[in-house]
Amino acid sequence: MTTAVGAGPALGADDHGGQRVWWLPWLTVLGVLASLEALSRSGAIPQDHLPAVTTVLTALGAELRNPTFWLRVWETVQAWGLGLAVAVVAGIPLGLAIGSNRLAYRIVRVLIEFVRPIPPVAVLPLAVLLFGTGVEMKVYLVAFAAFFPLLFQALYGVQDVDPVARDTARAYGLGPAGCFVWVTVPSALPYVATGLRLSAAIALIVTIATEIVVGSSGLGYAINEVRYASDIALMYGIILVTGVLGLAIAIVFRQLERRLLHWHASQRQGMAA
Amino acid sequence: MLEVTQLTKTYGRGASAVQAVGNLTFRVAPGEFVCIVGQSGCGKTTLLKCLSGLIPPTSGTAVLQGQVIDRPPDKLALVFQEYSRSLLPWMTVRANVTLPLRSKGIDSARREDLAEEALTAVGLSGFFDRYPWQLSGGMQQRVAIARALAYQPEILLMDEPFASVDAQTRADLEDLVLRLRDEFDVTVLFVTHDIDEAIYLSDRVIVLTPPPTRVREVVDVNLPRPRDQIETKGLPAFTRLRAHVFELIKREPAGSAGDEVLSDQHAT
Ligand SMILES: Nc1ncnc2c1ncn2[C@@H]1O[C@H](COP(=O)(O)OP(=O)(O)O)[C@@H](O)[C@H]1O
Ligand SMILES: [Mg+2]
Repeated sequence: MTTAVGAGPALGADDHGGQRVWWLPWLTVLGVLASLEALSRSGAIPQDHLPAVTTVLTALGAELRNPTFWLRVWETVQAWGLGLAVAVVAGIPLGLAIGSNRLAYRIVRVLIEFVRPIPPVAVLPLAVLLFGTGVEMKVYLVAFAAFFPLLFQALYGVQDVDPVARDTARAYGLGPAGCFVWVTVPSALPYVATGLRLSAAIALIVTIATEIVVGSSGLGYAINEVRYASDIALMYGIILVTGVLGLAIAIVFRQLERRLLHWHASQRQGMAA
Repeated sequence: MLEVTQLTKTYGRGASAVQAVGNLTFRVAPGEFVCIVGQSGCGKTTLLKCLSGLIPPTSGTAVLQGQVIDRPPDKLALVFQEYSRSLLPWMTVRANVTLPLRSKGIDSARREDLAEEALTAVGLSGFFDRYPWQLSGGMQQRVAIARALAYQPEILLMDEPFASVDAQTRADLEDLVLRLRDEFDVTVLFVTHDIDEAIYLSDRVIVLTPPPTRVREVVDVNLPRPRDQIETKGLPAFTRLRAHVFELIKREPAGSAGDEVLSDQHAT
């Protein structure tokens, strides 16, 4: 903990320009891990609440050689991916369609504003009733949760087309279809990319929560399994894996956004922060 | 070529209605370079939007080569005032110039040729694959002009195209436009609030009144061509014309009978 605080001013200096010291954040991580190890080894925190970092890593290392573990990882990734895909296929076109039609927007606005705040977990019993406890149920819930950010971002994106850009396209003879393809969709892209990043993160949360609550197979279920076996060290290990998964997803989508939106003001010349 | 008759445009209705264009009548002959001068807010942009078929006039008509303009004519190209917003940032310079040619059904090889020809003509041969936001303001405006020329219009409308570039760039771009209109054989209707620019460029200057906007006077500019930034602007005739137009713009709008007579006389 002290190390983390100690690194604070240094991080601040990093923000103020100068050279970027890429290893500084990692130093913080290393410092925190070392402190945790010390706290646990010294007995300041009971080992059965917080096993030493090295113990956790050893347990996880052994687990990595277990094919069942990788099956669990795959089950989680699969439900996440399928659910997100359904949300993308449904949410983005629907958002683009509703957003570009004022009448459609007015008709469905109240409905979606009403459905949106329903927490996905509240729909969980319904999903179990309809789809059982297998992968379909997870996909359904994930899709439900990931759908709304995509829908709304696409919807807002379409409505934020620069009128000058649209007038330009129209003045140069592009019809409604041409304007949609060449102007509206690219204008909405930054919004959609943000929606995608949000949805991807939400989808993982919902996947793992569902696995824990319902007990459908996946990393969430694995966490429960080791809890019953009182293998606290491995439990920390698997929690760490879910964190790594979340980080990987965040990085992949951030990268995708950079590629897709290299022309956008937020991404130019690596100014994004 | 272009005939504007009794054109008016009012935005909105009732109490919140804004009469952007009072009542305009004028014509532009083939091959002419005509400038429209008027103070800011007198409806110049609105007029060009009506002429390019983007918005319908409230009353009156605009006729281009015998056809009433009720949608964007494919013989007309428009260079917008806000060039940086008019160029699409997700497309390269080349793609920005070729995009309008798709709607004309021109095949892709020909589109590339037209784009390269136009971009080379505005002096941007090395910048085909850049993005607009990587270029300076003056260069972006050149891209917008190239896009308009590649479209092969018979009439080019320009809305205060050089209002936000520095003086030197502006002079260069003015000369570029004069050269291009000969090279591409195009009629130009050029809107500006800059009196010097209007006189320097045009064959005729249409001076507008403040709102409710009408034609105050049409001034013939019989200065010799080719024009030259130093020589032309040093001519006594240039100075006289400038003083005259300046006086027309400064005059109180009062809507006196004299104004009506003047505008009617010169309208056609
Ligand atoms: N879309 C619009 N809706 C309502 N009023 C508008 C709109 N566009 C322009 N106006 C008003 O019309 C008048 C003329 O505007 P504009 O044509 O842009 O003038 P200029 O180009 O000569 O500066 C201004 O008073 C402006 O506020
Ligand atoms: Mg204007």
